[in-house]
Amino acid sequence: MDKGLFLRNLEIFTKHDRLISVTHDIAPGEVLTVMGPSGVGKSTLLAGVIGTLSPDFRMVGEIWLDGVNITLLPPRLRKIGIMFQDDLLFPHLSVGQNLAFGLKPGGTRADRAAKVTAALNEVGLEGFEARDPATLSGGQKARVALMRMLLSEPSALLLDEAFSRLDATLRAQVRDLVFQRAKDRNLPVLMVTHDVEDARAACGPIIDLGRQSGSV
Amino acid sequence: MPLVPLLAIGLMLGPVAAGLWGTVLPAFGQMRVIGEFESPLEPFRILFNWAGLPKAVTLSITTGIGATAISLMIVSLLMAGWSGTRQFRLIERMLSPLLSVPHAAAAFGFAFLVAPSGWLSRMISPVLTGWDRPPDVLIVQDPAGLAMMLGLIIKEVPFLLLMSIAALSQSQAQSSITIAQALGYGRVTGWLKTVFPRVYHQIRLPVYVVLAYSMSVVDVALILGPNTPASLSVQIVKWMSDPDLQMRAVAAAGALIQLALVIGALAFWRITEIIAAYLGQRWITAGGRGKCDSIIGVFALFSAFVAALAIILGLLILTIWSFAGFWGFPEALPDQLTFRNWARHGPGAWQAFGETALIASVVSGIALLLSIGCLEAEHRHNVQFTRRTVWLIYLPLLVPQTAFLPGIQSLMLGIGAETGRLPVMIAHLVFVFPYVFLSLSDPYRAWDIRYATVASALGATPNRILFRIRLPMLLRPVLTAVAVGMAVSVGQYLPTLLIGGGRIETLTTEAVALASGADRRAIGVFGLMQTGAALLPFALVLIVPNILWRQRRGLRHG
Repeated sequence: MDKGLFLRNLEIFTKHDRLISVTHDIAPGEVLTVMGPSGVGKSTLLAGVIGTLSPDFRMVGEIWLDGVNITLLPPRLRKIGIMFQDDLLFPHLSVGQNLAFGLKPGGTRADRAAKVTAALNEVGLEGFEARDPATLSGGQKARVALMRMLLSEPSALLLDEAFSRLDATLRAQVRDLVFQRAKDRNLPVLMVTHDVEDARAACGPIIDLGRQSGSV
Repeated sequence: MPLVPLLAIGLMLGPVAAGLWGTVLPAFGQMRVIGEFESPLEPFRILFNWAGLPKAVTLSITTGIGATAISLMIVSLLMAGWSGTRQFRLIERMLSPLLSVPHAAAAFGFAFLVAPSGWLSRMISPVLTGWDRPPDVLIVQDPAGLAMMLGLIIKEVPFLLLMSIAALSQSQAQSSITIAQALGYGRVTGWLKTVFPRVYHQIRLPVYVVLAYSMSVVDVALILGPNTPASLSVQIVKWMSDPDLQMRAVAAAGALIQLALVIGALAFWRITEIIAAYLGQRWITAGGRGKCDSIIGVFALFSAFVAALAIILGLLILTIWSFAGFWGFPEALPDQLTFRNWARHGPGAWQAFGETALIASVVSGIALLLSIGCLEAEHRHNVQFTRRTVWLIYLPLLVPQTAFLPGIQSLMLGIGAETGRLPVMIAHLVFVFPYVFLSLSDPYRAWDIRYATVASALGATPNRILFRIRLPMLLRPVLTAVAVGMAVSVGQYLPTLLIGGGRIETLTTEAVALASGADRRAIGVFGLMQTGAALLPFALVLIVPNILWRQRRGLRHG
C-alpha cells in the first residue's frame, strides 16, 4: 500500500538547532493534526512539505506522495493543495476566474465553464461566477477557496490554521465541509492548528509539538 | 547571480564609470581629440587662473549645504510637530503632485513670483510700496545665490518628506510619541528625541542625494543662480559648449574639482552627523521636556506651507503669463488674456512634447522591466539585497551629473560616436532606474507571498504567477513607478543637453534655454507643458486602475 502522504524521518533545522522532527504516514482520507504554541515550527513544517521553505532553514528526510518521492520537486509539481487562515482569493479575478485558475489546463471553454459551475453548485453558490470576491461573506470566500483548490485535483491537502478567522458556527460548518470533501476524494490531510475543537473534529492522530519538544 | 540584476547594475554604473574616466583623461591633457597641452596640468592651470573660481566654489558649497540643511530642518520639525494629525494628512495628499513638478518649472514660477517685477511685488504695488516701476534690486540671480537656495528648498522639502514618511511607517512612531508625551515631553521634543534617530537612519542616503544634487545642479542655477560668476556646474557646462575644443579640458578639470567638492561636503556632512549624534545623546539624557514646542511646530508648518504655496502660485503665474496680453508693471493682472502666445509657441512646444514623451516612455518602460527583473530574481533565487546593494542603487544619484556627463560626451567625441536620441535614453536610464526601482521595491516585497504559494500549489509556473497574479495585483504601484520614472526623465536637463549634443530638444532643454531671454510668455507656455508632461502620468495612475478594476472592490483603493 503506497497511497497516502508519508513523512519519512523529516527533520527541519534552523542555523543552530533542530526545530522539528516528524515521521508519520497519513493514509488517504485520514487527517493528521499538528498542534502546539506559535513559534514551535508548525507552519515551517507545512512550508517544507509544500516546498516553499525559506533558505534560513534546512530540511533532511523524505516526503512521499502516492508512491512518488516529491522531496525535491518544485511546489507546482507536488500535487499538494494548501489553505491558509485567509482565503487568499485573487482580488483581481472574478469568482469564476479564480476557480478556472485552479482548473487543470485543457478541455473546451464550455467544458471548463461547466466544471466551474458544477463546483459552485456543489457548495451552494449557484450563479456566483461573475461575482467580485471582495463582495463575498467570510463563509462564501472559504467555500470558493476550497473548491478552487479541489479543482486542481490535488493528491493531498494541507491546512494552515485554515479556520481560525471564522466565527464559531461558521467555523464548524466550513470545517465539516472541508473534511467531508477530503474524505470523499480520499485525500490525506495535514492540518496545523492551535484549536482543540479542530483537532477533535478531525478524528485522527494528533502530534503536539509543544509537549513533545520536537520528536514524534 | 542571475542575469537581470547584473545587467541593471552594469547599465547604471557603466556610464558613470566611463564618464568619470572620460573626465579624468582630458583634465590631465590626455585626450588627443580635444587638443594637445604643453604639460598634463595645463587644464588645471587655466582653471585656477579663472578669476571666478573662488566665488563659484563658495557658491556650490553654500547653496548645497544650505539648501540641504534647511530642507531637512523643515521636514524634521514638520514631522515632529504634526505627523499623524489631520493637517499632516492634507500635506501628504499634496505631496505627489508637488514632487512631480519639474525643478525648472518650479524655479521659473518662483522667479516670476519674487522678482522685482514679479507677481508679489505687483500685488502690493503701488498701494503699499508706492512703486510704479520695478524696484532696482537684484532678488533673482543674487550674487549670494539665496534665490537659488530657496528655489531648491521648495523642491527638496517634498522629496525629503516623502522619504521620511516611508521611513516613519516602519518605525512604530506613534507609540513612541505617546510614551514620550506620557512622560511629560512636548510633542516636538519628544519626537526628536525618540523617533528622529530612527527616521534619519533610514533617510540618510536620500539626504546625501539632495546634498550632491543641490551642490551641482545646472538648470535651477541657470534660472535662479547668479551670473557673475555663475556656479561651478554652470561654468563647466559653458566651457563644454565653447567653440574652442581645448576649453573642454578645462571643463573636465572643473568637473573633477566639482566631484572633489561633493565628496568633501559628504564627508563634512558625515562628521557633522557624528557630532550631532553625540550632542543629541547628551540632550536626550539631560531630560529636558522642551519649552517652545508649540512655537517651533507652528513655524515648521508655516515653512512647509510657504514652500508648497511657492510651487502652486508659481504654476499659477506661469499659466497667467502664458495667456497674458499686455501687462504693465504695477497691474496685478494682465490687461487682457489671449491665446496668441499659445498660437506662437504651441507648435514648437508640442514638438518638444513629442520628443519628451517618447524618451520618457521608452526609458521608464526599460527601467520598469529591469526593476521587475531584479525584484523577481530576488524572490525566485533568494538573492538578499544588502545595505551595500542599496548604496549601488544610490551611487549614480550621488555622483554629481557635471562630474561624469561631460566625460561621456568627450568619450563619444573620442570614438566618433554620434550624439542623438539613443545615447540620451541610455543616459536618462542611469537616473530613472534608481527611482523606479526604489518606488516599486517596497510594495513588491510587501506583496503577500502566500498568494504565490497558493498559486503554485494550484500548479501555476513562476511566470504564470508573475503575469497572471502578482503584476495585475500590483498594477497601481507598477504604474506609479512608471509615472515616477517619467517625471524624472521629463525633468532631466544636463543629460539631454550634453549627450544629445544640443540636438535633442525636449521641453526641459527648450524651457531652460529661454532662461537667458526675458520672454515670460514663452517661458509660461514651455514651463506649463513641462509640468503637464510630468503630471499627466500621475493622473493616469489615479484613473487607469479604477477603470480596469471598477468591478473589483479589493483593488480599487490601492
